[in-house]
Amino acid sequence: MTKVLTDARSIRIKGRSFLAVVLSPDMPLDHWLARLDDLAARSAGFFLDRPVVLDVSDLQIDKVVLKELLEQLAERNVRIMGVEGARPSMLGPGMPPAMKGGKAASDFEVPEKPVVEPEAEATEVEASEAEVGDARSNLPVVAEVRPVTQSLVISEPVRSGQSVMFPEGDVTIVGSVSSGAEVIAGGSVHIYGALRGRVMAGSLGNASARIFCRKLEAELVAIDGIYKMAEDMDPELRGQAVQLWLENDVIMAETLN
Amino acid sequence: MGKVIVVTSGKGGVGKTTSTAALGAALAQRGDKVVVVDFDVGLRNLDLVMGAERRVVYDLVNVIQGDAKLPQALIRDKRLENLFLLPASQTRDKDALTAEGVERVMGDLKKYFDWIICDSPAGIERGATLAMRHADMAVVVTNPEVSSVRDSDRIIGLLDSKTLKAENGERMEKHLLLTRYDVNRAERGDMLKVDDVLEILSIPLLGIIPESMDVLRASNIGAPVTLADAKSLPAQAYFDASRRLAGEALPVTIPGEKRGIFGKFFGRKAA
Ligand SMILES: Nc1ncnc2c1ncn2[C@@H]1O[C@H](COP(=O)(O)OP(=O)(O)O)[C@@H](O)[C@H]1O
Ligand SMILES: [Mg+2]
Repeated sequence: MTKVLTDARSIRIKGRSFLAVVLSPDMPLDHWLARLDDLAARSAGFFLDRPVVLDVSDLQIDKVVLKELLEQLAERNVRIMGVEGARPSMLGPGMPPAMKGGKAASDFEVPEKPVVEPEAEATEVEASEAEVGDARSNLPVVAEVRPVTQSLVISEPVRSGQSVMFPEGDVTIVGSVSSGAEVIAGGSVHIYGALRGRVMAGSLGNASARIFCRKLEAELVAIDGIYKMAEDMDPELRGQAVQLWLENDVIMAETLN
Repeated sequence: MGKVIVVTSGKGGVGKTTSTAALGAALAQRGDKVVVVDFDVGLRNLDLVMGAERRVVYDLVNVIQGDAKLPQALIRDKRLENLFLLPASQTRDKDALTAEGVERVMGDLKKYFDWIICDSPAGIERGATLAMRHADMAVVVTNPEVSSVRDSDRIIGLLDSKTLKAENGERMEKHLLLTRYDVNRAERGDMLKVDDVLEILSIPLLGIIPESMDVLRASNIGAPVTLADAKSLPAQAYFDASRRLAGEALPVTIPGEKRGIFGKFFGRKAA
């Protein structure tokens, strides 16, 4: 038998950025957990299948408390992929790795391959196909990060079970967002149709992002992490054309026109 | 080449099997050559509704696994010589269906039939996605209530992403069949309104089938309602729907409402 040649191919190691949800608990932790339970109860499955990073920068806790917090989260099916802002003594074997250097998408470096700006129309089509998440697995597709503010236009309804994620900028939907569908944008979200599902604008920390829709029947709206559920909304606004924005960490709303 | 239609809904018990049989028979009553295919492996029903349960020898799984030839598995209807049934297996589990096998069978059926109507199982799992995978056109069966509408919305999303048509960048033609429409409940206002359902799903309306004892009576004698009692209201509604499927522009009326002409909805562009 001839000697098997050593495989000349090297192991490929690539870098890739993913969008994770960051949870920043505050003290007392049991109160914070109660609020988390409240959010989860009203917005079931929010953390399922989503990468979540725990930011403990502002917490004065030790390893024992952190371990307990991680267990509490695991019990709620929130799986933490990494811990940000932890002192080395707080982490150990069996705990998620330390993460650092997280940045908002606008801080991302220019991707290594030169971006040839395609015609506006081509961008739309390409983007809308890539962004409408795989409806069966519910795994959102994260767009390639580009240096300039981007916009994504989707010219069909976002159906129940679909997830549109666009951390780079604004999302415009020419159609409705169904109950059970969600749109997560780094910038503002414009919906030329009924909003019946969930929308999160300014999701990477942009308090000036807004949400516009032609008919408000949302299950949840959030701007820069501040959220409002259907039952917290003014019933007068239901079914109206509405814009929502953030003022001093409070979601404001008014009818359009 | 025949046209493959999937009758689908997400939710169970909304009337997929009833509608597959009724539309299949109605198209055959026009003289077209039709096969209705049961994809509900393990929970087959179509054979009962077609009144062919005692004549099943081979089934779809046997054909896919090569244990039987397609003509051996096809059951000709006793009343209409141009109507056939390809039954599902009651004993195998749904993993017995393979994508390649289904593709081969669909390809063969298209050569012989004008219409291949696939009765999808409920849910969004393998059985349902295989049933829709090779379709040219979808009939989305929905009841006028919230959970059914949401499940249909979910299914429409899958029709636009998980089918061969969608993967090839083509548009799947989708039609809404509103079934079990209860005239009395509509009058009392405890059902979703037709316009609301259409607004949420935004696909063109193929027809509205009234809730009726005639449907139960038909399935008890093992006949599609269009054959059991062609004069009945649900049969009439299915006949009209089958004409629209075949391309006729026929205005849709809401059962129990004489004035309700919904032509504008059918004329809408497919979403
Ligand atoms: N228009 C109707 N009026 C009354 N009963 C109906 C009607 N359509 C369906 N049904 C009944 O509802 C039940 C479920 O129908 P079926 O066609 O088996 O639904 P699916 O295939 O979607 O599960 C059956 O008992 C059927 O007879
Ligand atoms: Mg059925």
